[in-house]
Amino acid sequence: MSVPYAKLPRWVDYGLIPLINLVVAFAVAGLVVLLVGENPLSAAAIMIEGAFGRGQNIAYTLYYATSFIFTGLAVAVAFHGGLFNIGGEGQAYIGGLGVVLVVLNLDAVFPWYVNFPLAVVGAGLAGALWALIPAYLQAKRGSHIVITTIMFNFIAASLMVYLLVDVLKPLGQMAPQTRAFAEGGQLPKLNWIIELFGARIRSAPFNISFLLALAAAFGVWVLIWRTKLGYEIRTQGFSPKAARYAGIGEARIIIITMMISGALAGMMALNPVMGDQNRLQLDFVTGAGFVGIAVALMGRSHPAGIVPAAILFGVLYQGGAEIAFEMPAISRDMIVIIQGLVILFAGALEHMFRPPIQAFFASLGNPARSNGAAREGQA
Amino acid sequence: MADAAIELIGINKSFGPVRANRDIHLEVAPGTIHGIIGENGAGKSTLMSILYGFYQADSGDILVRGKPVSIQTPNDAIATGIGMVHQHFMLVANFTVLENIILGAEGSALLTSSIGRARAELRRLEQDYGLEVDPDAVVEELPVGLQQRVEILKALYRGADILILDEPTGVLTPPEADHLFRILARLKDEGKTVILITHKLREIMAITDNVSVMRAGTMVATRKTSDTTVEELAELMVGRRVLLRVEKDAANPAASKLSVENLTVRDGRGVDMVKDVSFEVRAGEIVGIAGVAGNGQSELMETIAGLRRAVSGTVLLDNKPIDVTGTADPGELRDRGLAHVPEDRHHVGLVLAYEEQENAILGYHDQAQYLKGPFLDHAAIRRDAEEKIAKYDIRPGNPRLKTANFSGGNQQKIVLAREMEQDPGVLLVGQPTRGVDVGAIEFIHKRLIAMRDAGKAVLLVSVELDEIRALSDRILVMFDGRIVGERDGSASEGELGLLMAGVEGPEAAE
Amino acid sequence: MDFLPTIITVLDSTIRLSIPLLLACLAGLYSERSGIFDIGLEGKMLAGAFAAGSAAFVFGSAWIGLGMAILVAVALALVHGFASITHRGNQIVSGVAINFIAAGATIILGQAWFAQGGRTPQVSGPGRFNAVELPGAAALRDVPVLGTIYADLLSGHTILVYLAFLTVPVTWWVLYRTRFGLRLRAVGENPAAVDTAGISVPWLRYRAVICTGILSGAAGAYLALAMNAGFVKDMTAGRGYIALAALIFAKWRPVPAMFACLLFGFLDALSIRLQGTPLPLVGRVPVQFMQALPYILTVILLAGFIGKAIPPRAGGVPYVKER
Repeated sequence: MSVPYAKLPRWVDYGLIPLINLVVAFAVAGLVVLLVGENPLSAAAIMIEGAFGRGQNIAYTLYYATSFIFTGLAVAVAFHGGLFNIGGEGQAYIGGLGVVLVVLNLDAVFPWYVNFPLAVVGAGLAGALWALIPAYLQAKRGSHIVITTIMFNFIAASLMVYLLVDVLKPLGQMAPQTRAFAEGGQLPKLNWIIELFGARIRSAPFNISFLLALAAAFGVWVLIWRTKLGYEIRTQGFSPKAARYAGIGEARIIIITMMISGALAGMMALNPVMGDQNRLQLDFVTGAGFVGIAVALMGRSHPAGIVPAAILFGVLYQGGAEIAFEMPAISRDMIVIIQGLVILFAGALEHMFRPPIQAFFASLGNPARSNGAAREGQA
Repeated sequence: MADAAIELIGINKSFGPVRANRDIHLEVAPGTIHGIIGENGAGKSTLMSILYGFYQADSGDILVRGKPVSIQTPNDAIATGIGMVHQHFMLVANFTVLENIILGAEGSALLTSSIGRARAELRRLEQDYGLEVDPDAVVEELPVGLQQRVEILKALYRGADILILDEPTGVLTPPEADHLFRILARLKDEGKTVILITHKLREIMAITDNVSVMRAGTMVATRKTSDTTVEELAELMVGRRVLLRVEKDAANPAASKLSVENLTVRDGRGVDMVKDVSFEVRAGEIVGIAGVAGNGQSELMETIAGLRRAVSGTVLLDNKPIDVTGTADPGELRDRGLAHVPEDRHHVGLVLAYEEQENAILGYHDQAQYLKGPFLDHAAIRRDAEEKIAKYDIRPGNPRLKTANFSGGNQQKIVLAREMEQDPGVLLVGQPTRGVDVGAIEFIHKRLIAMRDAGKAVLLVSVELDEIRALSDRILVMFDGRIVGERDGSASEGELGLLMAGVEGPEAAE
Repeated sequence: MDFLPTIITVLDSTIRLSIPLLLACLAGLYSERSGIFDIGLEGKMLAGAFAAGSAAFVFGSAWIGLGMAILVAVALALVHGFASITHRGNQIVSGVAINFIAAGATIILGQAWFAQGGRTPQVSGPGRFNAVELPGAAALRDVPVLGTIYADLLSGHTILVYLAFLTVPVTWWVLYRTRFGLRLRAVGENPAAVDTAGISVPWLRYRAVICTGILSGAAGAYLALAMNAGFVKDMTAGRGYIALAALIFAKWRPVPAMFACLLFGFLDALSIRLQGTPLPLVGRVPVQFMQALPYILTVILLAGFIGKAIPPRAGGVPYVKER
């Protein structure tokens, strides 16, 4: 018989335990650094310096964070509906297709501020449609959404390679990528914001889609906690039985939730495609879809947690690049380990430290009151 | 006299604040069938789970054949020769009978020899006890009665000479149950000891040698079956309790609000749980459905509420049909004035992770009063929750507190407030006071009477006979999916108890 | 036009490409049949490949490489077990975590130890698993058709290939003919039945994930020491997921698993062979379509359009002892 979770103060539940999980994840990462013969503390120092030391670095940090906010929100929305969308990577990739369908047709016609909203719609729609098929199969045919979204990541990758190599690549060009966008397909940079604080930036891809990401974070908060739809999504996520009792259609919620999730993942494409590379390239997502899983778990699926978690991963990406310069033994792939450790400790092992912490709080003198919900006498 | 097959001395077991077993003493003579009878929640299953090593007693001793034993795990129980047939079968559905039987008792690391041995042993057991079953049949394709036989064979194969059966006839048809009794008699003849847990008096009288009665966690009496009567056992089972009294005037029933005709409901296993049930509930009356849990009341309620599909039959709400075999939806029924307080408030009626005020709108969240366009109107929701908290005295009176942190009684009040304050024409109430403290029980009962007096039709399902008697204007008794009798609110406990046990009524006449 | 050599070549590479899938697929079979979903096959295989490449280089022995691969993959499998059996964590989340940890750690450690951009140094000779000539292959080569098949298709693979194929009947035998297999299948369907029969559910499941570790480690060793001559970063390239797809395709049964892996391996071999070559009737098939085909087929299967893949009933659900 497992001990029912005793009540812990809110700050322990939402602050201390996630923090401990995170600290352990980083401590293990530190061990890996030790293992390759470097000092974890100086690595951390280089990383922080590399992420925040100069305006240039801050801009890069926020550029990476932008992508992670989108993918983190995508995973979080699905979590709220009780769904694990592991397909953010593919949805973001296809989102890029939505972007270029708009931009390649209109970049010479309209200025960016006309094209950007259209590209947002294009990216969102493409991502949503890519999520629709797994959602439909889960809702109507009971296919496990985790497996189908994984499969759809690979299908998306093959599809995009095909399109880039055989369809979208201009004649006479070697690299599998679209032509470069004209002015109307390039997003304005936000580097000036950082320069307001006195820093100088040569060039960095920090662009206006960061503001869109923040708006999306706010939008997700409104959606989940302030709308009727969000209420229905959460009810379905917490208790499918209660949702059924409340007259909430399960299939409808699964499909809508996944499409919102896919749309958010799709919008991630705006950041690198229109904000940085100004063309659609192979593999432009570079794992951001998966980082979203770690970000959502770390941010406890709340936008107020996701934005800082995304920035933390921005720090890891940007700072990690700097570490690679200073400590040749450590490449940027260190982040991937950290990402895995965060997912492990903040996700799969999230309750590991609960019993000892509970025991600790119980020993503080407050005799732990038994859980409010008394055990029903079904003997 | 030979040592008792089983002797329990001073067994105590608590789950948190609930004392499931208190100071239980029990002696089971070898080679007999010993019945243990009691209402739901009397502690029978807990006691047997202790004997089988599922739970550990907080204190007390177990003697098997006169020797003290320590039973920590099912393995220990098996080693001492105790076998158990669980209420929910512990079978691997896609395994063959043979595979299920040898699981955990394979004998050797390779199956080829074990299977051969098991096959021979099975044939012997079949012959000895009349337990025919095709050893190569896949279990999920067998009827429930045969699956149970596999469970019995499993225990015998492990050399059990003391066999515990937990509510074995709950899932059986009457002919299957009769067959089971013949098997049990045969087992007894072969020298096995059988402990039969049931709440059905008829079974006790039909088959047991001795019977022990449990009530509210204590062992109240043990009798030789031949020296006792159904009436005595019924009284021992229910006891002379402090009667629940609820002030109420005579009902003034008016027009029919809810009418159920020839309703049949099948569950996922293909068993008919509700069989051709018809009744009506009129405005201004409380109709109580009495019955031991598992006799189809829950399924009946869920079907009327739109949570479960019927195979056939009609249900009329305000003389207009509900599509119970097709598209009935709880949301639609709510709009038509049917409110439902579900039995399982933890998983169905409430989302425990929600704040109180979020649960206060569950199912009514699409009403205009709680919305501003697509947005929730938190101010209105808050106000509404505070009103209900005041009116129903829900404590603590904090609408932002997580629902899991309220006591059972207050959680139930949250549900009742939500459903009653919508002013429904028909109210379905399942187990309104299960896990609810005494103070809240009185409050809830008064509210239900007030609903009735306000001209609502109330359909009440409860396994608490007191509650049914205290509240109902008419009582329907369900047994094995059928309504086996209708009595008015003044029916005696004994009379209802016999109906509930399937002793009287059409079922018993078969 | 001589078709036979072409066919032999394609089938030969089918075998080579199927083996890592097969080993990983059978690895997943043990875990999933016991009720522990494992989407971390990719990571275990990758870590195994890295351990194999490193150890084979350091010790100059492919067998030591294989041993290290198995050790490392088992260690990761135990992490998965610790999270999902002991702590009843989310099995999907745990599997994802392991994939990332492996993907990152192999590159970091590879770079730190060998400084070749995440590769391990080339191994050769006894550091690799080399082709084994079946007896009489040379003599029979000139026999038309059958001799060619024997000499060019069946002979000339590494020992791991033969071992992998041997694993199929062995797994079948373990699953259906041993006590362990019976219990393993039972615990994936109804852990409560196993528990009431007096068998420890966690210990059984731990043993299952250890089997998974052993075979996924072997899959990794094959990639690094038989298919290639050392570890290259991300060398699994999604094979762990294809193996998972094959497992679903095979409905969690060993012999169909072999055929599913051969099918997916064949698609892979064909797409390499056909690059740009038009096919009769359908014209030129994009190579990417061939690559995506295993995934597309799996989705169609999951949707229930070609038979129904019913996973082990208790899969993905932590066992909580309660009645």
